[in-house]
Amino acid sequence: MSRYPYVREVSPTTWYFRAPRYMRYMTREVTSIFIGIFTVIMLVGLSRLSEGQAPYEDFLAALNNPFSVIFLFLALAFALYNSFTWFNVAPKAMPIQVGEELMPDIVVAGGHYILWAILSVVILIWAGIF
Amino acid sequence: MMDVRVAERQTDLEILRYNPEIAGEPKLERYTVPTKTEWCVLDALNYLKDNVDPTLTYRWSCHMQVCGSCGMMINGEPKLACKAMLRDYPGVIRIEPLAHFPVERDLVAVADDFLAKLKRVKPYLIPLEKRLPEDGEYRQTPAQLKRYRQFAMCINCMLCYAACPEYGLHPKFIGPAAISLAHRYNRDSRDGGRDERQEEIATAEGVWECTFVGACSEVCPKHVDPAAALQQVKVASTVDWYLEHFMSWVQK
Ligand code: SF4
Ligand code: FES
Repeated sequence: MSRYPYVREVSPTTWYFRAPRYMRYMTREVTSIFIGIFTVIMLVGLSRLSEGQAPYEDFLAALNNPFSVIFLFLALAFALYNSFTWFNVAPKAMPIQVGEELMPDIVVAGGHYILWAILSVVILIWAGIF
Repeated sequence: MMDVRVAERQTDLEILRYNPEIAGEPKLERYTVPTKTEWCVLDALNYLKDNVDPTLTYRWSCHMQVCGSCGMMINGEPKLACKAMLRDYPGVIRIEPLAHFPVERDLVAVADDFLAKLKRVKPYLIPLEKRLPEDGEYRQTPAQLKRYRQFAMCINCMLCYAACPEYGLHPKFIGPAAISLAHRYNRDSRDGGRDERQEEIATAEGVWECTFVGACSEVCPKHVDPAAALQQVKVASTVDWYLEHFMSWVQK
């Protein structure tokens, strides 16, 4: 018997308009562009800092405008959104089974938040903020 | 008072029809069928086939959400036709074959690719210790059963493949259900086949094609949560890699 299967192509550029869940996914992916740009800015800042005080102050001055303040707030908001949504699905990737029961999600996600808080404090202490 | 459970209505169906014997593209055809509120979409299709057009082709068997053969797109969502209740669809119901698979005829999707992938991941017990019948059965505690039970619930309905945009864009991706089933056996205390399965699933065509869209878990009618299975395989494969490259003295 011969078969003539019909193939429906998926558009590589517009597929995510097909369902709201794809749009949600793409939105989260797009937020990481902001985080990427912020990382580049931070690396530039570090390199200026290594060149001495004057270049670093020029770098800070260059950031001192409404656009970069708005951008930095957006990047912070998106970074938080990314981190929270990531930690909240951690229990799926790393379920902990004790005997016949799975630990509640909040334990696994909570562990991530606590680790996040500890690391942040350690870095802030190391950077001389406290 | 009218019993709403058996209330009748006229239901409009838009069904994608494709006849491979006639050149041309699949076409949406409109039908109106008398239906009862407690019917599912599969009942409406059966009515149509029995009373209106006997050439309408679709797969089904159990009518009770266990055989996994009645998967189709219902208003754009991958669904089991025997689980999709008409009362949840007030307007016209658009029915198409499962997305991302070629169409064999009408609502029948070509499952060959999925079946070949399933075979590749060896979804069966590869015994850790060979036992003969006289040695007695393989024993397992409830806690050991719990480790994989959720992933054993898969009915191979392929709804997760129809939901997965990665599979749609990169058909080489082994995909949610096959990897979840590999994971199911990897987590079974009686099994010793993990290394063989890792060859297939811990690869670029395997879990590393997955970008965790999570659509598979949203549509799975059996709450297998394939997205969770794939992330767990990623974590375990990453641990393997570190052990192998930085801590080769540790036995896996
Ligand atoms: S994982 Fe769920 S959606 Fe995918 S084939 Fe199995 S039962 Fe169907
Ligand atoms: S007919 Fe068996 S799952 Fe729907």
